[in-house]
Order: sequence, then structure tokens, then C-alpha cells
Amino acid sequence: MNARTFRRVALNTAGIGVFVVSVFPVLWMISTAFKPNQEIFSSTPHPLPAHPTWQHFAFVLNGGVAGVSFWDYFANSAIVAVSTVAISGLLALLAATAVARFRFRFRTTFLVMLLVVQMVPAEALVIPLFIDLKHLAMLNSLAGLVAVYVGFALPFSIWMLRGFVAAVPRELEEAAAIDGAGPVRTFFRVLLPLVAPGLVATSIFSFITAWNELIFAYTFLKDQDKATLPIMLQFFFARSGNDWGPIMAASTLLTLPVIAFFLTVQRRMVSGLVAGAVKG
Amino acid sequence: MLDTAHVVRRVPGRKSSGPARSGRRRPRLGPYLLILPSLVIISVLLLWPVLQIGQMSFQKVGVRQLRGEPAENVGLANYRQILGDGFFWTTFRHTILFAVVAVTATLLAGTLVGLLLSALGKRMSAFVAGGVLIAWATPPVTAAIIFAWLFGTTGGLVGWLLDLLPDWLAGSGWQDYNWFATPLPTYTVLTICVVWMSFPFVAVSVLAGLRTVPGELYEAARVDGSTAWQRFWKITFPLLRPVFGVLLVLSVIWDFRVFTQLFIISGLANRDSFNLSLYGYSEAFGSLNARYGLGSAIAVVLTLIVLAVTAVYTRMIIRQEGVA
Repeated sequence: MNARTFRRVALNTAGIGVFVVSVFPVLWMISTAFKPNQEIFSSTPHPLPAHPTWQHFAFVLNGGVAGVSFWDYFANSAIVAVSTVAISGLLALLAATAVARFRFRFRTTFLVMLLVVQMVPAEALVIPLFIDLKHLAMLNSLAGLVAVYVGFALPFSIWMLRGFVAAVPRELEEAAAIDGAGPVRTFFRVLLPLVAPGLVATSIFSFITAWNELIFAYTFLKDQDKATLPIMLQFFFARSGNDWGPIMAASTLLTLPVIAFFLTVQRRMVSGLVAGAVKG
Repeated sequence: MLDTAHVVRRVPGRKSSGPARSGRRRPRLGPYLLILPSLVIISVLLLWPVLQIGQMSFQKVGVRQLRGEPAENVGLANYRQILGDGFFWTTFRHTILFAVVAVTATLLAGTLVGLLLSALGKRMSAFVAGGVLIAWATPPVTAAIIFAWLFGTTGGLVGWLLDLLPDWLAGSGWQDYNWFATPLPTYTVLTICVVWMSFPFVAVSVLAGLRTVPGELYEAARVDGSTAWQRFWKITFPLLRPVFGVLLVLSVIWDFRVFTQLFIISGLANRDSFNLSLYGYSEAFGSLNARYGLGSAIAVVLTLIVLAVTAVYTRMIIRQEGVA
């Protein structure tokens, strides 16, 4: 075996090692979710279920957790995540267009503010936001939660979209203007399609922010029927710590949409990440 | 809180073409109207609460203030109380030690995987990157629960594996060992969990950065007889310094304030294992006797640490991005 083959084999082995380490915990979660209890608590664990079963999924889906159907939590999570994506995407696009296309007073101040505000640990703000929402009587509502998530998603989204808007050649807009398109039409017909990849990238990030978030949801939402999926999972785990089958089934149901989403858009996301941020 | 979400926001290097020729445009109302909604939301939901938390840290705020009673100013009493409390310094030590270990391990693992991904063949690289993305995409709540299960007592995989090892190497009785009873093992599990979740972003960013380095540089260095070690420190590292700077800042921010994972695996009942964010949260929401003022003071201390550590790099990013 010459040095080059040896190097190739070593690299590929390391690559497979990294792959296994990355994927294993998730596979173990899915595998546990399908195992009957005696296999889960067996003193010699096996990587795959010998007798796969749907019983843990059935338990979770039929409201075995807190008597509320899984689909109610799912609907709450979906409403919150989709609203956050839509609102923050629209507002961020408007603001990004302003900072990338116009020079105006306080533009620099605005950009520096966007950067600095992201340095503040979000967990630190849970106390004042709790008190403010309490005073506004929005504490136990999904709308209040969406408002908070939009607030956290916006600075990042504007910052990232700014690069995408700036990358659209101004000549295209000028050409549209010469052809008689007004600013609104130019925005929708020229700018929007060209920054779509950037919007996809920011949407993923704000979706995941909202879908995964636990602390604010846990602190603000007190009714089980308002709870989002992470709260359901936390509640379930804290209450029945060793009931791993249903817990892993619930975890799988929370995780798979995110992973599926990630893998479908990964190509676009990575290229968006590179185009928007690392190098232009 | 944005978790993976803020991933890229500050990766530098891009010179914004910005408002290149906008000098020609007359400044009008347009841009102000465009940023107005965002500005209002950010002010109300981020800037105002920051001021509030500063103010509350000098006040005694409890359940009564939720009903609208005015808060009593207590000056520095909250700060005096926490800084004079041994328990605060325990949580402080946990926060710092965890951040140092986790940031170092994340950057090291992420960089190595990034270099590996760029060295692998095209298909193998895409395959491994796909696996790495799965770790990245896993929600923090799920990740914490999975690791609690892997390190669990009945049927936990890690205890079983450690018991398979010869006793002179690993000891015995791991299957009944409770990893979440004392701080050191708790933080060991937490570190593994957090590093597993955060190295993918570092790897992908390093890989993206490496793609921008001209291959000729490496070839020239190879012709001159350099080792891989030299090539990394003499070519890759200097060229990717801005990327590493940003990755360092982001990791510091995330790891100083780690909350969700510790909240899941250890919880509010396990005070011995608190870090600063959990301590602050627990003072405010952990008992019926809510002490929002004290919680705010702890949060202010945490924020000041993060800002101090990141200030240098924030300035660097502002300069590089050509914001000003």
C-alpha cells in the first residue's frame, strides 16, 4: 500500500468516524422509540429493535402526555413558527432593502445597533419581557410569544439579508425603472425573486428559532392547550424521567420535521450561507 | 436564544457593495419608512427590556409589582447580596469553566472536521457533511434528552459500554452510576452534548472559508517542502483569521449563557449544578417568592461578562463589514 492510498484510507476512516459520531445519538433516539420496554431496559442494549413496535408513538399521539393530543402541541408550534417566519421575513426584507440601497442618517447607528443587540444574552431578557407581557395581558398567548420570537429573529435576519440585497445589480432595477416600472413593481418583480435564496436561508433560521425555543415558551405559556412541542417534551421528561420509549417517540416527532427541513434545503442553505456571509 | 439561528450573522469577509452610488438619490422618507417597523419591534422587545433589566437590578421587584405596585429602589443591595454570596461564586465558576472547556473543544473539533471535509473526495465529503448537518439540526431540547438517556442508569448505553471495558481501566459499576447527582459529571455530559451540537457549525464555516483560499498557495508551499502543520499555521490560519474570530465570539456567547440543555438534564431542583443563567432564572421564576430584582442583577452580571469578552471582536466585525 503506497503512501497515497494509505492517506486516502485514513481520511475516509476518519470521515466515517465523524459521520457515526454525528448521527448516532439521533439514530439511538429513533431506535429506542421503536423498541418494546423489555428491550429498552435490557442489560445488553442492541443498536436496532428486535421486535419493532408502534406502541410508544401511539401513546404520544393519542394524548398520553398530559391528556392533550400531540397534534394540538404540533399545531401550536406550527402556528408560532410559521407566523415568526412570515412576519420577520417581510420586515427584515424591507429593512435590509433600506440599509443596502439607501444612504440615510442614522444608517450606521442602526447597523451597529443590530450587531450589539445580538450580543445580549436572550435568557437575560426573560424577566423584563415576562413582566411587560403580564402588564399587557399577553402572557398566556401565542401572539405574545410570536412577538418575542420576531424580535429575536429580526436583527439577524436584517443583517444577513442586507448582503443578498446588496448583491443584486442596481442596473436591473434601473432597467426596470426605465421600462416604466414603479418602485413597488420593481421590488416585487426584480428584487424579490433575486433575493429569494437569501429569504430561504433566513427563514430556516427563524423557523428553527421559533420551533426549538423552550425557555420563553415555558415561562410565558401556562395552559397545557397553549403549549408548544418543546414544552410538552420537557414536561413529559421531567414528570416521567425513565419512561424512555414514549419520551424518545415524542423527541423523534419533534426532531424529524426539523431534520427533514434542514436536509431538503441544505444545498441552498449552505450556498446562501456562503454567498451571504463568508465571502462575496 | 437563536441557537443555530445566529450562526452566520457575523461571519465577516464580505465587503458590502452597499449604497455605492446612492449619493445620487435624494434622501427621502423611503428608507425611514422601510426600517420603521423593524426599529419599533427591536426597540420594544430588545432595547427597552435591556434598560428595564438594568433598572430592575437596582430595585426590589416581586409578585406585588406584577400587579402594578411601584418597585422600591434599593441601590446596590442586589449586587451586594449576590457578590457576597458564596453560591453566586460557585455558579460563576461553573459558567466560566464550562465556557472555557466547551469553546476550546468545539473550535478544535469543528476545525478538524472542517479540514477533514475539505480533504475528502467530493462524494465522501458530501456524505459526511450530511451526517454533520443532522447533529446541527437536532433541537437543543431533544439533544439534551437524548444525552440524558445515553448516560441514564437503567439501560443507558454509556454505562454499559464503560462496564464492558476492563475494570483496571474504567472501574466498574457504571450501569448504576448517576451522572446527574453532582456538578462534575453533570457538566461532563453537558459539555459532550453541547460540543456535539455546536461543532457542525464551526466545521461548515471553516469549510466555506477554506473554499475561498486559492489552491495555488498550498501547491507552492508543498513544492517548497512544507508539512501539513506548517501549511495550516502559515496559510490557512492567517487567511481564515476573521472566520475564526467570529466563530470564537459566537461560541463564547452561546456557551456562556447555555441554558436549555442544563435546564433539561439537571433542572431547577438541582441547585448544586447551577450556572449563572439558571441561577438568575431560578431567583425570578423558581419559587413562589419571585425575586425579579435579584434575578435581573445576575442577568446583568452575565451580560456584562459576555459583552466584555466579545467587545474586541465586535469592533473588529464592525470595521471589517464596513458598516461605518
